[in-house]
Amino acid sequence: MNKTLSIKEPYPPGDFAIWIVVYIELLTFGLMFIGYAFSRRADIALFNTSQLALNQLSGFIDTLILVTSSYFVVNAVNAVKNARTQKIQAANNLASKWLLAAILFGVLFLINKLLEFSAIFEQGITLSTNTFFMFYLLLTMFHFMHVSLGTVILFNIRRRSKQDGYSAQDSRGIETGATYWHLVDLLWIVLFVLIYIIR
Amino acid sequence: MKYSSQMVAKPYFIFALVLLAGEILFGLTMSIQYIYGDFLFPAIPFNVLRMVHVNLLIVLLLFGFMGATYYLIPEEAERELWSPLLAKITFWIFLVAGVATILGYLLVPYAELAQLTMNELWPTMGREFLEQPTITKVGIVVVVLSYLLNVTMTVIKGRKTTISIILLTGLFGLAFFFLFAFYVPDNLVMDKFFWWFVVHLWVEATWELILGALLAFVLVRLTGVDREHIDKWLYLIIAMTLIAGLAGTGHHFFFIGAPGYWLWIGSIASAAEPIPFFLMILFAYNMIKNRRIQDDNKMALIWAKGTAVVGFLGAGVWGFMHTLAPVNYYTHGTQLTAAHGHLSFFGAYVMIVFTMVSYAMPILRGRPHGNNAKAQKVELASFWLMVIGMIGLTLALTVAGVMQIEMQRIPDAANAMTFMDTQATLTAVYVVRSLFGVMVFAGLLTYFASFFVKHEKVAA
Repeated sequence: MNKTLSIKEPYPPGDFAIWIVVYIELLTFGLMFIGYAFSRRADIALFNTSQLALNQLSGFIDTLILVTSSYFVVNAVNAVKNARTQKIQAANNLASKWLLAAILFGVLFLINKLLEFSAIFEQGITLSTNTFFMFYLLLTMFHFMHVSLGTVILFNIRRRSKQDGYSAQDSRGIETGATYWHLVDLLWIVLFVLIYIIR
Repeated sequence: MKYSSQMVAKPYFIFALVLLAGEILFGLTMSIQYIYGDFLFPAIPFNVLRMVHVNLLIVLLLFGFMGATYYLIPEEAERELWSPLLAKITFWIFLVAGVATILGYLLVPYAELAQLTMNELWPTMGREFLEQPTITKVGIVVVVLSYLLNVTMTVIKGRKTTISIILLTGLFGLAFFFLFAFYVPDNLVMDKFFWWFVVHLWVEATWELILGALLAFVLVRLTGVDREHIDKWLYLIIAMTLIAGLAGTGHHFFFIGAPGYWLWIGSIASAAEPIPFFLMILFAYNMIKNRRIQDDNKMALIWAKGTAVVGFLGAGVWGFMHTLAPVNYYTHGTQLTAAHGHLSFFGAYVMIVFTMVSYAMPILRGRPHGNNAKAQKVELASFWLMVIGMIGLTLALTVAGVMQIEMQRIPDAANAMTFMDTQATLTAVYVVRSLFGVMVFAGLLTYFASFFVKHEKVAA
């Protein structure tokens, strides 16, 4: 009987430090989500009325963009991690293409968000308009900053993959960047449902 | 000592410690005024003592940071300091300006000092921590610029490490944010904004970078852990410091006339502010656990652990205690703030200066393996006297703060006690606070004594 030998995957994937970042981010956003929930409970009517000013379709497109870009990042990581039989150069080449697609989608998200913000500001809405819009602007802008940083991180790991810097044995860097990108994605999914959808 | 120019650090360290003695003495005198309101009045009124107390703190920490930098940078850059002479000149200029200003506070009424120094030409006086006459502020800028020039040139010409780059970033931030001290808007809310841009962005952003870099330097030297490992921790701590610290400025914008959304921004961001301090504890203990060398200077390592722990308690725990807006509504400006201020400044900044002094001074005094066991024993006693004294003092102020909130803040206007009546009921707590203050001073004297423990020469 054939016994398959498997190499034990290091857990958690990526650098340990990124997991500290992940938990801190979850904690910070979590606090804001809880703050939103309590404030909403205090004035449901205001939150429901204000929510109508948001463009749900735009939010949904944002969700699709980020989930798709996360899929691209997964493919990039897989390309490198399954590179045992392939040549490292080809694997890195493939990974850098997937990463480029993810970066482009990240930029697309940022552009779409800027359009959404400009539409909101045109309506004269500011942080002081009411509690709903304060949360909406704080959360989405804070998340916007995360996507911007995530895009820079993807850009950097792509640069390394273009220099054939990753292999099945050395995939920590790309996994670290991917973890951050998935975090940004996860946060958006919760944020989208909480602010744009739940009534 | 690897580079002879590191020797310029010595007078900075000594003067920082002398100023600390003054700092504690003025604090003790003030604590007596809390018990006997007219103690030393009218010779030194409370407001003057308070001004001297907080100004000395800033100046002593600047001296400490400068000394630490002059010691650290040559070793990190692997070359002599760009200009040891400039460092010596800067020391004397800063010393004379500092002493003259403190004497000015003590000997001349503040309004007269403002007149004498022609404050009307460019009015910057009168704000807490930034009471210095404009001319002194200009002097501080000149001193800091020459110090930055010296350090930057050394780094540019030598090896660049994460520690030196982060230290430089912190120092440039320190210099940059001080410039807001020269702008005093007429609008009170704007005035508070710009004031916090100096005070908060110093202590909760740029100084934390300096703290992180100094702590990392001592840990590299004492534990022999790989720089790569230490750098990663440092980056994480610094990133968290900047993110939480910058947005955390918002917690100072509660109830001062700024828009209501600051209540949320400030509360949430400052809830994250203890994180970098907690990471610093993990960092210090992790490095010590993985150490590759056993350094004979055990006290430096104890101070390093101490600064991480007490910094977290003072800045992190005591800060978080009253940083959420609904809590701060009642606690704003009570003795709880004083409790937080005392333990955070001591834990994070005074103790990192002690860490550097305890690490560097024996080397500067020709003892590369640290002080002898007896001297370290005396120093250990001083460590505990000061740490327990400061924690006791903080707990006493916390009790005073809670009582003050209960009597003065929570009841409605008809039932609330006045400020002075409340203070009068807290006398017993203030006595306890003073006793712990004496303990801290005894700790400092013991620390000084550890310098004079005879070092027996070991036969070669």
